[in-house]
This record gives sequence, structure tokens and C-alpha cells, in this order.
Amino acid sequence: MKETWVEIGQLEDIPKLGSRIVTTDDGNIAVFRTANDQVFALKDRCPHKGGHLSQGIVSGELVACPLHNWKIDLKTGEATAPDKGCTRRYEVKCENGRLWLAL
Amino acid sequence: MREQLVCIGNGMAGIRTIEELLKIDPDKYDITVFGAEPHVNYNRILLSPVLAGEKKFEDIVLNSEEWYEKNHITLYKGHHVTEVHRLKQTITTDQGVVKPYDRVLFATGSNAFIIPVPGHHLQGVVGFRDIKDVETMLSKAQTGKHAIVIGGGLLGLEAANGLSKQGMEVTVVHVLDTLMERQLDKTAAKFLKKALEERGLKFLMSAQTEAILGTEKVTGIRFKDGNEIPADLVVMAVGIRPNIELAKKARIHCEKGIVVNDTMQTFDPKIYAVGECVQHRNALYGLVAPLFEQAKVCANHLAGLGYSIYQGSVVSTKLKVTGIDVFSAGDFLGNNQTEEIIFQDPGAGIYKKLVIQDNQIKGAVLYGDTVDSTWYFELMRDNTDISAMRDKMLFGQAHLGDAGHGESRVALMSDDTEVCGCNGVTKGHIVKAIIEKKLFTLEEVKLHTKASSSCGSCTGLVEQILASVVGDYSTAPKHKPICSCTDASHDEIRETIKKDHLTSIAQVMERLRWKTPNGCSSCRPALNYYLISTHPNEAKDDYQSRFINERVHANIQKNGTFSVVPRMWGGITTPNELRAIADVSDKYQVPTVKVTGGQRIDLFGIKKEDLPNIWADLNKAGLVSGHAYGKALRTVKTCVGSEWCRFGTQDSTQMGMDLEKMTWGSWTPHKFKMAVSGCPRNCAEATIKDFGVVGVDSGWELHIGGNGGIKVRVTDLLCKVKSREEVLEYAGAFMQLYREEAHYLERTAPWIERVGFEYVKNILLNDEKQRKELNERFLASQKISQIDPWEERVNGVDAHEFKPLANLSEVIA
Ligand code: SRM
Ligand SMILES: Cc1cc2nc3c(=O)[nH]c(=O)nc-3n(C[C@H](O)[C@H](O)[C@H](O)COP(=O)(O)OP(=O)(O)OC[C@H]3O[C@@H](n4cnc5c(N)ncnc54)[C@H](O)[C@@H]3O)c2cc1C
Ligand code: SF4
Ligand code: FES
Repeated sequence: MKETWVEIGQLEDIPKLGSRIVTTDDGNIAVFRTANDQVFALKDRCPHKGGHLSQGIVSGELVACPLHNWKIDLKTGEATAPDKGCTRRYEVKCENGRLWLAL
Repeated sequence: MREQLVCIGNGMAGIRTIEELLKIDPDKYDITVFGAEPHVNYNRILLSPVLAGEKKFEDIVLNSEEWYEKNHITLYKGHHVTEVHRLKQTITTDQGVVKPYDRVLFATGSNAFIIPVPGHHLQGVVGFRDIKDVETMLSKAQTGKHAIVIGGGLLGLEAANGLSKQGMEVTVVHVLDTLMERQLDKTAAKFLKKALEERGLKFLMSAQTEAILGTEKVTGIRFKDGNEIPADLVVMAVGIRPNIELAKKARIHCEKGIVVNDTMQTFDPKIYAVGECVQHRNALYGLVAPLFEQAKVCANHLAGLGYSIYQGSVVSTKLKVTGIDVFSAGDFLGNNQTEEIIFQDPGAGIYKKLVIQDNQIKGAVLYGDTVDSTWYFELMRDNTDISAMRDKMLFGQAHLGDAGHGESRVALMSDDTEVCGCNGVTKGHIVKAIIEKKLFTLEEVKLHTKASSSCGSCTGLVEQILASVVGDYSTAPKHKPICSCTDASHDEIRETIKKDHLTSIAQVMERLRWKTPNGCSSCRPALNYYLISTHPNEAKDDYQSRFINERVHANIQKNGTFSVVPRMWGGITTPNELRAIADVSDKYQVPTVKVTGGQRIDLFGIKKEDLPNIWADLNKAGLVSGHAYGKALRTVKTCVGSEWCRFGTQDSTQMGMDLEKMTWGSWTPHKFKMAVSGCPRNCAEATIKDFGVVGVDSGWELHIGGNGGIKVRVTDLLCKVKSREEVLEYAGAFMQLYREEAHYLERTAPWIERVGFEYVKNILLNDEKQRKELNERFLASQKISQIDPWEERVNGVDAHEFKPLANLSEVIA
């Protein structure tokens, strides 16, 4: 399947160390912004019990799930040890302050 | 060019300081170490097992040649530093090496004291201090038969035990009539002597040595009473003397040891000192645990950080004679101000004594069963109030019971219990390392945590922890450093924020050298709390460092929806409010409306984007946020009280409302709950609340530190007051004290157990001025806190939070 890049907004729309969601027919996608303005996108479902990762606390390149504090790696979608599990990741890029998501 | 750091002494304290320094600032100095012994740094504590044949020298090396090389440390082995020239800033060794310095670290340790009786210089008379002494003893044990150990203290007994294991006939000569009198009381000493006699040691008590006999080699000793006994080896283990000759020669101020301040600095600011050669606040230490604490502080200052101070240590001792368990700590003899609780079972060889003053443990001696030693030591060091458990204490921690959880003893140990006293490794650390690094053997745990890598007396405990953890991944440890992002503890962070007037998370992380770029979900909320509670007018609340509930002012549910709980002041509501709640429930099709355990109504299953709309409707009816999500004032539960109830003595409902109006909106370390009952029947359950008020005929009883949650705790009665104003003043003062001093996420119950009820009572009751000031500080910070967060958001604050960034549903479809 060919991916399409869709513009979703501005980098400035997401607070540093924060996250916003993008709704799709296939469920929500959480888009994260780190302290040094890297962006990442993950399916907004924790591999543990489906917690909304967009509501977690972001630090470094990790997000802590708000329900039971699993730490999910923003780069890969993998839970960090000792927990095991993985959530789907999406390509996202920032060009001239505008954010694009690959679907 | 880098600065030059010269360390004099290649022993345990000096090298530990360098290790600590390398951890925090590896590049600041070129480091040169001079050691008089021709070896790398080894674990002096383990000389006893080497003598007993249980270990070899290779086993006790702490830092190999490669370690020095890898860290670019120049080591001069077998060099005795003979001069420190403070004007020229150079040091000179007996082999002619001259080295300039910017900073010097004295870590010269101490020497074994040799009693200057006639014959003390004969061949075969040794101290027990270094590997050379041990080698001498081992070679004598090959040929000789009789050994005499002068000194019945810790070192003497370990030497005697070792020599006896090497096949010698050993007599221990002691001037007093009790062994280890500096650590044991008479009863424990008797138990010990009996056990050692059963192992074949002989004792001559109250015996004074007059002379050591022999012409070239030792042949025996003679006592003051004329008695003589034969000997091929005499070990003097009568004490140590701090090695301060060099410092004195350099005219650095010394008394019994090299005098240092709380930053381990001598009177010459370029010169630091650590270890046994040091005298700090008039105390000298001869055990590694305090020396390692000194090392940490000293490294902090050598690195130029300057925030940690050494305030002296409480020490405990264990005897390292395999198979004999002895533990002693603190003031184990007691005095006329203290009481003792004692358990004694001569048949089983068990003796335990705790010395108690003002309901705190001041000292302990344990013989035969030392399983609870860490627990007692922790209670003693933390000055915990033990009144509630004192009748069961001697049976051990396992007997205290824990509401039917039925865990094993190590599982019962709190995560911040220190397991390895030498290296300050807590259970939390060990558990965390086992889990995170997937460790399975004792060796691995040692490698990753340093636990049990010094004196080894905690080995058994570490093994038990290992056994209890492997296979169980469910614990969420609470450690002494607030999380693994830092070495700093709650108290250190707080102190630093206050002392250095830090006002942002970034500043704290930089000052205390955080190891991660932006901390984690444990430390950031804590830092945010400490900042805003310390500098309420200056520190800016950091939104991204709050848990989701506090960010969006509602509680997240398992399916990602939220719950909404409006405040009902003192549990009172009106038809109008109920109508508004009913109306929003209809309008937004709220799936569940529930009466909470806190006397108000909870609306469940609200979609995040609906929150501001619901709040707007509720606001219109005068309803505001109930902070059911916050580390903040929650509810003030009330009963009917004197207005309606036939037993009521006071208007508890009004008092509840007054309290809630005064305290709502305040941020606290953990949630804070209150209740007011109108009479001692206590229908509002005030005695399991953080602050409970019970009306009585003559006024109000104030109760503090209750908890009805995970571990139930009944309040302590603080005092009785007459007026409404007094109730409010005490409530404000108590909340403020809690807010300023408790650790983040510590409810009032565990806080009071940690600091002691007496402590809190003294401040609130006996010091009117302080109480009034606390209350004033509370009221001052309330001025900027009592803004309804819902109303703010209805008016547009954090609007992004409640809207998706983009809606692609239709686009793709
Ligand atoms: C709604 C309520 C249950 C109910 O339906 O009655 C409730 C619900 C929750 N309680 Fe509670 N507690 C509720 C009254 C209590 C009480 C009773 C009381 O306050 O009189 C207690 C025991 C009293 C006490 O706190 O000492 C109580 C002890 C706890 C604890 C254990 C606290 C402890 O110190 O041991 C937790 C866990 C925690 O805070 O870490 C907790 C945590 C929670 C959380 C916040 C769990 C969570 O993190 O999601 C629940 C949120 C549900 C939600 O979305 O609203 N809840 N909780 C009650 C809300 C009262 C209110 O109006 O605000
Ligand atoms: C047999 C034995 C058993 C012990 N058991 C325990 C125990 O169970 N628990 C416990 O906590 N403690 C125990 N201790 C005490 C512990 O070993 C010491 O407290 C600790 O080693 C002191 O460290 P330090 O660095 O101050 O001194 P040291 O480790 O003695 O190091 C000082 C070093 O400086 C060198 N030096 C001195 N002057 C000069 C100079 N001018 N130039 C160059 N080098 C110099 C010395 O040669 C020595 O190597 C025991 C000690 C002994 C001897
Ligand atoms: S007791 Fe409290 S935390 Fe537990 S399920 Fe009920 S509401 Fe949730
Ligand atoms: S659902 Fe994310 S940690 Fe449980």
C-alpha cells in the first residue's frame, strides 16, 4: 500500500513535552513533541490495556501511559523493559514548522 | 589545562572519593594517587576472611591496575608521601617524586596501635591492619603453635578466630572483664565468649601485659601478676591511631585527627581529608559506612557542586565471625533517662536488647538472631516513634502484621530500607536492578548495585531479596533517591530549591545533575510540586509535568473517558445544584451518576471534548471543581450535627463548610481529606481523615494523620480547642506544615509516622508563633490558588487540550 502524506497542523500546536491527537476512521493517532522539537506518532492505544498514550507524561523519547505507567518508546512504539508489548508507529515529519503524517 | 588532584593514601576512603568524583565530573582533574602499600586498593574489611583462609588476596582487590589506567589515574604504589609543601603547592615522596597540586586529598587512614611494653619490637609481634600483617601471621601459623591476641575487641576476635582456623592455639588477652565492651553489654558479651570458647579459643580476662619475652623472636608474654605463657606470635589489636603525622608536619590543624568541616575541607581550603584520619564535629570513625558518606560529600565539593554536606553518621557494627551473629548500634548501654526492652533465651543462644528514650530507639544489641537488625537500625536512625508497636517489637518486623497481606519478611521490608549499610544500597535499589537488568545471581547483584560487595554481612538478605523478586515483576519500588534519574533524595531536592532559590524544573535538574534529559513521570511531578510549594509566587506551575488528571481537571477512566465531580461544600447541596447536575446528565447522556464515598456526586464516562461544555453548565449553577483528581484538598465530610441531630453538640456542617471554603484549591504533597463530626459518635468518620474535627460539649477535638485507604491509620489527638477561629487556624497551620515538609506523594499518615507525632505536636501546640506563621503562609498562598480551574478552562485556558489536532476521519473516507 502506498502511503499518503497528510498535513495535520503546525509544530507550535503541540506543547513541548506534550501530545495532541489526530482522529481517523481507524482510531486515534497520538502525535508527540519532545523537548528538542522532534515529533513522533503512535497509535493512541497502550499495548497493555489500551490506555490513551496521548494523555501521558512525555520525557526524553518516552511516554508514560496514564493508566498504569508503562513507558513506551516514541521511536519504536515498544514498551520498555520489564514490560513487553508494541503499539503501531506512524511516520511523521516537520517541514517549515508544518506537520505531515503518513497514512 | 586540567587541575591537578593529588590523593595521599591508596585505601578505601580515598579511592571511594575518587570513584564518586569520576561519576559526577570525570574531566575536571588529572588525578595522581600515592599509596605507601605496594598494592592496588583492596578491601581492608576482608582481611579477616583472608586470615581465616576463606578468601585470597585476589578476591579482595577493589580496583585493579586496569581501573587506574582506564580512568587515567597515575598510581605511585609503594611511595610514602613525606612532605606537603603548602606554599609551593607540591608534595614529595620518600623516593624523590615531587608533584605539584591544585587540590590535595588526605586519606591516610590509621595505624594499629602497638603498646610500647618491653619486647614490642621483637620479631613475631604484629598489628592487624594491612595485607603485610596478614602475610606475617599466615607464615607464623605454618611453623608456630601458640598465638596470643592482645585485645578482645572486634578486630582482636576476628584475628583470633582466623588464627584458630589456621590451626594455632589461640589465647585472647583482654584488660577488662567484658569482650567487645565498646559494642556489647555484659550479657551479650557473655553469650559471645561462651560461643567462642566452644570453638576452642581461650580467654584471659582482666589481664595486663607487662612484657613480651624473647631475644630476637617472640617466645611468650608475662603479665603484671607474674604469670607467663608461651607464644610464637603476638597480635596487638588494642586500637588504632589516626595517621596524622604528615598533616601535622604540614601544619594543618589536627586534634585527634585532621580537623575538617561539613564539606570535608581542612583549615587549608585547598586540602580535603576523608577516612579514618579525619576528625569531624569531634567524632572519628573506624568503619567504612561513614567513610563512604564522607567520600560522597567530598567528591561533591571537589567537583565544585557545593550542595551536599556531611553531618556525621550513626554507626552499627556486626562481627564477621562466620556462624556467630552479633549486632550492635547506638547507645546500647543506656543511662538513667532510658528504658530497656529485653528478650533472652540462653538455651537457643538468643539475646536482644533495645534501649529506648522518648519512644524512640537509641541503641540495640542483638546476639544470635540478627535478622531484624536493619529494621531496628532504620527505626533508630530515622527517630521513628515506636509507641504503637513497642510491645511486639522484639519478636521482629514479621510479627507486626499487615492487614492480612501475609508476605514474607523481605517482602515486608519497605523499599527504602537500607540493606547494605556499607554502600548505602536500599532494597528498592536492589529490586529495581534485579528487575531492570534481569539479574539472577548474587554476583550480578553485587556488580550492578554494590550491595554486599564490602563487608558481606548483608549477603543473606540480598539472597532473600533475589529469591523474592525473580519471577515477580509486580512491585513499583519507592526508593531513597526520588527516582533513577537522580541520586538526590526528596529532602535534598527541597533543601536545594530553598537554599539556592531555584524556580524552575530545568534549574533543579541542572543543579542536581539529573541523568536524564527531562526526568520522568515520577520526578517531574514531584519537582513541580516542590517548586510551587516553596516559591508560590515565583515558580510557574509546569503543566506538562502534571499527571493527566491534574492537567485537565478531571479523572481519567479505564476507557479514556473522564469523570466530573463538582464540589458540594461540606456535603450540602441544593435543589438548584441537583437540577443542574440532572440537566447536564441528560444533555450529555452521562452513562453513570454515582454518589461518592466523599459525599458528593460523580458523573462518569464524559468525553474529553465535552468537559468544557459540561463545566460551563455546572458553573452557571454555581458549581465548581471538586478537585477529585488533585493532590489537593478533596472533601470535607460532615455529619448533620447540632442543627438537626438529637445528640449533636456542635454545628458540624457549618464548620465543614467553613473549612472547605478556606482550604479548597490548595496543592498538597498528596490528597488531603477532612471531616467534621458533631459529637463523639463520629458519623463523619473524622478519625481516619488527614485532619479530623469532632465536636464535644466544650468545643472541638482536633485529630491529625488519619488514613482510610490502603493501610488504615487512626488519627492522633492533637488537642482540644474552644472556638471556630482556633479550628481554622490549626487546620491552616497543619496543612501548611504538611505541605512544606512531607515528601511528594506521602499522605499525612506515613509522614507523621516518619517524623513522629511529637514533632508535629511540638510545632503546632507549643509554639504559638510558629503556628500562626504557618497559618499565615497558608492563607497567603491560598490567595492565588482559589481560582476555579473549570471556569478558567471554560474561558479558554488550555483550549488545545480539549480539541484534536486534526480530524482526518472524513478526509480519508
Ligand atoms: C469516586 C470515589 C469512589 C466512590 O465512588 O465513592 C473514589 C475514586 C477513586 N479513588 Fe478513592 N475514591 C473515593 C473515596 C475514597 C475514600 C473515602 C473517603 O474519602 O472518605 C478513600 C479512603 C479514605 C482515605 O483516602 O484515607 C479512598 C481511598 C483511595 C486511595 C488510597 C489512598 C491511601 O492513602 O491509602 C486511592 C489511591 C491513591 O490515591 O493513590 C484512591 C484513588 C482513587 C481513584 C482516584 C483511582 C484513580 O487514580 O483513578 C478513583 C478515581 C475514580 C474517579 O474517576 O472518580 N482512593 N477513596 C470516591 C470519591 C470521593 C470524592 O467525592 O472525591
Ligand atoms: C582487619 C580489619 C577488619 C575490619 N573490619 C571492618 C568491618 O567489618 N566493617 C567496617 O566497616 N570496617 C572494618 N574495618 C575498618 C576499615 O577497614 C577502615 O575503616 C577503612 O579501611 C579505613 O579507610 P581509610 O581509607 O581511611 O584508610 P585505609 O584503608 O587504611 O587507607 C589508608 C592508606 O593510606 C596509606 N598511607 C598512609 N599514609 C601515607 C603516606 N604518607 N603516603 C602514602 N600513603 C599513605 C596507607 O598505607 C593505607 O593504604 C576493618 C579493618 C581491619 C584492619
Ligand atoms: S476502590 Fe477506589 S481505586 Fe479501587 S476500584 Fe474503587 S474507586 Fe477505583
Ligand atoms: S494501559 Fe497503558 S499501562 Fe496499562
